[in-house]
Amino acid sequence: MIDIVLLTLLLVVAIAIIRMKDLFAVIMLSGIYGLLSASFFVAMDAVDVAFTEAAVGAGISTLLMLVVITMTGRSENTTRHKPFPALLLVVITGGLLIYGTLDMPYFGSADAPVHSHVAPRYINDSMQEIGIPNIVTSILASYRAFDTFGELVVIFTAGVGVLALLSIVRRPIKGDKIAAVNDSMHEQHLVIRIVTKILLPFILLFALYVQFHGDFGPGGGFQAGVIFAAAIILYAMLFGLSTARIVINQAFIQLIAATGVLLYGCVGLVSLLNGGNFFDYNFLSNDAIAGQHLGILLIEWAVGCTVASVMIIIFFNFADYRERQLSNENQHNQESP
Amino acid sequence: MISHLPVLQVIVPLMAAPICLIFKRAQLVWLFSLLVSGLTFLISILLLQQVMTSGVLSYELGGWQAPWGIEYRIDKLNAFLLLIISAISTIVLFAAQTSIEKEIDKNKHTLFYVLYLLSLTGMLGIVATGDAFNVFVFLEISSLSSYALIAMGKNKRALWASYQYLIMGTIGATFILIGVGLMYQMTGTLNMQDLSQRLPEVAQTRTVFTAFAFVIVGVCLKLALFPLHHWLPNAYAYAPSIVTAFFAATATKVAIYLLIRLTFSVFGLSFSFTTIPLQSLFMALGLIGIFIASISAIYQNNIKHLFAYSSIAQIGYMIVGFSISTVTGLTATLLHVFNHALMKCAIFLALAAVMYRLDDVQLNNFHGLGRQMPLTMAAIVVAGLSLIGMPLTVGFVSKWYLLSALLEQGWWPVAVLILLAAILTVVYLWRIIEVAYFKQPLVDNAAVKEAPILFLVPIWTLTIANIYFGIDTRLSVQVAQAAAQSLFGLTP
Repeated sequence: MIDIVLLTLLLVVAIAIIRMKDLFAVIMLSGIYGLLSASFFVAMDAVDVAFTEAAVGAGISTLLMLVVITMTGRSENTTRHKPFPALLLVVITGGLLIYGTLDMPYFGSADAPVHSHVAPRYINDSMQEIGIPNIVTSILASYRAFDTFGELVVIFTAGVGVLALLSIVRRPIKGDKIAAVNDSMHEQHLVIRIVTKILLPFILLFALYVQFHGDFGPGGGFQAGVIFAAAIILYAMLFGLSTARIVINQAFIQLIAATGVLLYGCVGLVSLLNGGNFFDYNFLSNDAIAGQHLGILLIEWAVGCTVASVMIIIFFNFADYRERQLSNENQHNQESP
Repeated sequence: MISHLPVLQVIVPLMAAPICLIFKRAQLVWLFSLLVSGLTFLISILLLQQVMTSGVLSYELGGWQAPWGIEYRIDKLNAFLLLIISAISTIVLFAAQTSIEKEIDKNKHTLFYVLYLLSLTGMLGIVATGDAFNVFVFLEISSLSSYALIAMGKNKRALWASYQYLIMGTIGATFILIGVGLMYQMTGTLNMQDLSQRLPEVAQTRTVFTAFAFVIVGVCLKLALFPLHHWLPNAYAYAPSIVTAFFAATATKVAIYLLIRLTFSVFGLSFSFTTIPLQSLFMALGLIGIFIASISAIYQNNIKHLFAYSSIAQIGYMIVGFSISTVTGLTATLLHVFNHALMKCAIFLALAAVMYRLDDVQLNNFHGLGRQMPLTMAAIVVAGLSLIGMPLTVGFVSKWYLLSALLEQGWWPVAVLILLAAILTVVYLWRIIEVAYFKQPLVDNAAVKEAPILFLVPIWTLTIANIYFGIDTRLSVQVAQAAAQSLFGLTP
């Protein structure tokens, strides 16, 4: 029953996103969409996925898109052409997907191939082989550690890509002017600023909790990194970029992003040098289980570092770009009269 | 250490990328990337040797047995591809520093090498792995880095080209993911070897049919098969020249590899070619692609555009060879993957040299270039002859195998069409040769000199390879044939 309600809501939100012309509303709706899918995942007992979706889909991606619309403007351009062939193609693709569902094993049936081939070993043996209660973490951090490494590199690539496209040499900042813009803007948000200041330590602490609790409950490096980054971004949004920059500068954050990937890879290399295969954590320590624990702890930490720093890199570069645009406009305005 | 070669092949460039980001100094990063790429080339040679003598190599990542953990599985087919990719990457990197000095802002040079190594990693990862989901992960690495690399082009239109590629590439990757998800649902496994054993049991279900449709369409988007090729010409034309040289020789080849791997190794020959009319479909699309792209190439004035269309046409040849689905046909495709990498890399590197000297690759700037840049233009001519399929060049070898595969089946009308298409190739090459050798240099370009030595060495290495492998076909034909035979299950 709850599934049907959630799916209907998802559908309604999706249609609203398509119909809406105001981009600000679209972004808010996509945040809601993320939250709804997260709830749907919870209803399907996939709490780890739900947590990630809530942190990424409903959280940080909404923030990043908000930064983007400060540059592009709020309303969608009207399109002149009517893309009927495209609609046709989408309908065919959707039709094919529905056709594909016809022979699927029944949802939740115990003898479906997904439940009877590889899964039993994960469920029965992971406790002896890896020794941590959260099976999801066992799979993604040990059995399929290489995929997770790949995902981390995907995120790293995204960060480098944004740097390559948006970053330019930093000019000496004319500090007072930018600060002035920030101040006038932030006078109005006094309450929010104070509440944020009180909340920030708790958000950061929560991020660390999520980071180190991934072995036992839902959580881990991806979610923790995103939450951590969200705290920093919140700070930057309310207190201005230049203030946030005092805490975190570009070169430092790039170093952290690179170190995360290197740390993850080095865990693999160390196990390789100790005589095991790449990412065979059993070889990290004399005791196999201790090795697994150590390996998972280190790679989760590596993931947290890179994810958090890449999110911050992306935000800072977009916001920076906007700030430069603004100051150019200001200069232009001052020159013209 | 030898037993770890399969994973080192991918890990070495992967770990080098973040190290580059820390180094910062562009010149240093260039030398480091060159060293790393050379090392991956060395590893790929050792791997190919091992595979040719002792058969398939399997490497269990994390020490977990195959369907539970991820497996790297190197057989003749992917060892051959690994060799091509790492060799091309190394040769291209020789010219990279000189070329990007003119085309990319100085403060972005480090980032360029980071992205370059990441896209190399992605391609090697797709090829080396024996796990269907791992393919998707590395596909994302290679795609994301290639979007960024293409967008780094000097021309503003590079951004738009990259955006177009991003949309098409993302749809392709999503389709592949949906397909892999459906396969997982029906079999409970992601390992390719395991999939190939478990898929036949459920082959007659609609879900597997849908899975097949999605992965094939996804891969075809990536390999720019006609009519899904629209992203390619602009992406190649506006990307930094060095990026074009790298991608033209490798990116679509990786997609061709995926197509072969999925149809032959995962879904199996009988499912791919008898249950579904893939043969006639691919034959038709391949042929139409050859003609439409060759004809479009004739009308291009931007030479990078021209050769981008020519690449689409060459993909058509590979697809025709693939669609014959015999040992000879597949050998022809694999040979052409190797040979086309040699030709197109030589041509696009030569164009990078022209770009370096002239800042432009419009046809009217080529006036009299045959006298001003004799070595560069000579390389384009030799590689062009190879593209047409002249005897004594590599192009002849792959055309020969393609034609004999067609005649084996008695499909002589197709063979005639293939020969006719060669005439179109002559036409678009002649336009360049005519302008470069039979026209006077433009007054504006009077001061243009031959390209720097760092361009000429890699260009001529490739050009000589074009002739060498056209005469001494032992390496390429032997490996391609062995790979094709093992895919048909004739040899282990």
